[in-house]
Amino acid sequence: MGRYFGRKLGIYVLTFFVAVTINWIIPRFMPGDPVRTMVSRAGLQDPAGVAAMREYYTNLFGFDLPIWQQYLNFWGELLQGNFGTSLWAYPQPVGSIILAAVPYTLGLLLPAILLSWWAGNKFGAYAARKKVLDNTVLPVWYVLTATPYMWLAILLAWALGKVAGIFPVGRSFSASLQPEWSWLFINDLISHWFLPFLSLFLVMFGGWAIGMRNLVIYELEADYANYLGALGAPQRLVRRYAFRNALLPQVTGLALQLGVIVGGQIVTEIVFDYRGLGYLVLQAINANDLFLLQGIFLFIVIGVLVANFIIDIVYVLVDPRTRVGMSA
Amino acid sequence: MRKRNRFLVLLAAVGLVATACTGAEGDGASAGSGSYPRNQTLFTSGSQWGVPSNANPFRQGDYATGTVGLLYETLFLFDPLGSKYEPWLAEKDEWVDDKTYQVTLREGLKWSDDEPITAEDVAFTINLGKMKTVPYNPLYSSIESVEAVDELTTKVTFSEPHYQQWANWVYFNPIVPKHLWDGRSEKDIMQGANFDKPVGSGPYLVEAHDQDRMVWKKNENWWGKDKLDLDMKPTYIVDLVNSSNEAALGQVLQGEIDLSNNFLPGIASLVKGGYKLETYYKDAPYMLAANTTWLVPNTTKAPLNDPAFRRALAFSVDTDKIVNSVYNNIVQKADPTGLLPIWDKYIDKGVVDELGPTYDTGEAKTLLSQAGYRDTNGDGFVENKDGSPISLKLATPSGWTDWNEAGRVIADSAKAAGIQLTAETPAAEVVQDQRESGQFDLILNNDRQMDDTPWRYYEYIFGLPVLENQTTINYGRYENQQAWDLVTQLDGTKVDDQAGMSALMSQLQRIQLTEEPVIPLWYNGLWAQYSNAVWTNWPSADGGQIVPTMWRGYPQKGAIKMLAELKPAPEEQ
Repeated sequence: MGRYFGRKLGIYVLTFFVAVTINWIIPRFMPGDPVRTMVSRAGLQDPAGVAAMREYYTNLFGFDLPIWQQYLNFWGELLQGNFGTSLWAYPQPVGSIILAAVPYTLGLLLPAILLSWWAGNKFGAYAARKKVLDNTVLPVWYVLTATPYMWLAILLAWALGKVAGIFPVGRSFSASLQPEWSWLFINDLISHWFLPFLSLFLVMFGGWAIGMRNLVIYELEADYANYLGALGAPQRLVRRYAFRNALLPQVTGLALQLGVIVGGQIVTEIVFDYRGLGYLVLQAINANDLFLLQGIFLFIVIGVLVANFIIDIVYVLVDPRTRVGMSA
Repeated sequence: MRKRNRFLVLLAAVGLVATACTGAEGDGASAGSGSYPRNQTLFTSGSQWGVPSNANPFRQGDYATGTVGLLYETLFLFDPLGSKYEPWLAEKDEWVDDKTYQVTLREGLKWSDDEPITAEDVAFTINLGKMKTVPYNPLYSSIESVEAVDELTTKVTFSEPHYQQWANWVYFNPIVPKHLWDGRSEKDIMQGANFDKPVGSGPYLVEAHDQDRMVWKKNENWWGKDKLDLDMKPTYIVDLVNSSNEAALGQVLQGEIDLSNNFLPGIASLVKGGYKLETYYKDAPYMLAANTTWLVPNTTKAPLNDPAFRRALAFSVDTDKIVNSVYNNIVQKADPTGLLPIWDKYIDKGVVDELGPTYDTGEAKTLLSQAGYRDTNGDGFVENKDGSPISLKLATPSGWTDWNEAGRVIADSAKAAGIQLTAETPAAEVVQDQRESGQFDLILNNDRQMDDTPWRYYEYIFGLPVLENQTTINYGRYENQQAWDLVTQLDGTKVDDQAGMSALMSQLQRIQLTEEPVIPLWYNGLWAQYSNAVWTNWPSADGGQIVPTMWRGYPQKGAIKMLAELKPAPEEQ
């Protein structure tokens, strides 16, 4: 067991190192010069003032150092939990901006992914043995999962938000409210949350259900299922075995989903103007804010690794073969 | 069964974490009194594009909407529509002699912490100019001394008076409280966020700020209530950050935003469509003219370094088509001098009639061939005088759809006149980079807003010296010492000397129209559309003539008075 997790941990540390290094490099390839952006915001023309401003920002961002020194400093700062200063929201620190946005993204995506996974698997397994369901309801989801997500999201926003006017579209909560613990606010929060959640849920639900249906049918036709049936085991028992075996690939799928939890749903936040990390990514790119972008990427990397680690543990719990492999 | 339970427990645990996260959303910026009552709140949009990240009046490029105007105030206002300076914090000012300026504050003014506003504060604010990165540092270098003569009077002695710049300073730059700002380092002054309960003199105070909004609350003890007899109507002002103009449009139509200073191209049809929407003018152009969009040629590159070629280019542009088809007539075609309608009195009509370019493809062709640009290889486009082909690029920032479209119209009409010009749309960052370093052929620009006098307008066109990086003015790198001397002379002319100013500007216009260092095309609008759902009595051409915008730099152009003029909409039965 120790060796299994030790090896996994080693891989994670290596992945983290490489990914963070790439994160550090990529934003630096963006066109434009952050120092110049900041200086031009000050609106100075006088050469002395411009020079002084330039020097100040170059120094602040550490651009005056050799590139290897910048890289080492970046790691030094990172390990102290310091992600730098955002240009987009200058002079706020990147860390606090991301922390303020994270609850919205997680609050939207975790329920959507987990609920759709749970419900999709249940429904898929059920549909696999109900011909009627398989022929009527499931095709709806074939269409839904095949539609471009962007289009579905816009359609939902238009139909339920604009035409029916049931749900508000835009922002995470109404502009006229202050964040606080009150029914008014929580109610407002939920009503803003619902449409983006629904759009994600619908699409992901279909994916899980279709996958599960196929897997269960496959497992039910496997030799062990036939053998168990021939032994006279009740159909219920056979199905339960099939379900649990079919679940394994789905767990892997969940790991992948949770991994791209942040990066994967930028479109949702843009379509619904929901102010989470995806919205920040767009703003950071528009504002050429390489520090913010780098911070968000870092957060995504950490998210991917943590999600994978959790799934590794889950694997040990749900797949006896892993445990056998470990003790061998 | 046992294992299944273990799995479910794990799932439940993850679920709980998720719920906790969802729940934590409420724990945002500041705990307050819940919601802002709709009928006491003014919702605005279109000024702030990034996060409201500071209330620092010295960060003129990115302070939160309202920092100057609502929180900090200026000595004077300048009303561009009535073309007059109005005393605000100041009661009066005068030039005692040619080099000595004296300004007297109103009596009994108070900061929001109840400290009196005195001449010490004014002197302190002016003296901050000695810091290199404070925007008015160049002007400060011509100031010999600043002195608080008594409680209310400040005396500024100039070594060399810049009357125009100074007249601009007193209405544009706000006064900050000495008792709180004294001792701050240059870094604190220029980089500080100043969000921690800032003390100002203005009618509003910072209530809250979040990533997508800036909230102001009325300062009940504001001095202006008695001294100016102005009562600001909204208790709260919520300035919203919208991710796009389209997002703002939806909110205006639903009455969620009262004042939108966004560019909404289809507004013409909506104003007539019964949406309770209003604009400054009832008909085209709907909007006031706020700034001039120029076609800026890079005068260091051939053939754009040739005035004759630039003039031919100016004749080739079909501006009417831009006004009609790109903007649906919500903008107006610019005067050949580019001077805004509020500066009409400074335009020398004689010079314009004689030299001003108008759209005329034939004339453009004639000018080109007279200047020696001929189509020698028969591809339909003219070549350089040395026979090498001309291929020019006009760069407009990607996503600025109106400018992208306008760029295409310009390219098409230039091609019709035989000039090989292609429109490009690189990222905004790239355009800015090219603009500052001088690596472009042609760009569009509109960096001069309406102002007290055209001095800053001419500074933009003719400003010298040309540096390695041109950060705010003269992007075309046009060098003409004679013109710059005239602009400097204009700066040394008092703002009430209309005849002196006009004489100088007439000479400048002659140079401008023969040389075409920039080619004025159209006046961008002061985009403003208001909803009558909650507030009425908005500024309009036939009502209160006030500039209707919260854009930076406009509250001190009189827009602040709009807040006192508003009336609550009658309750619907």
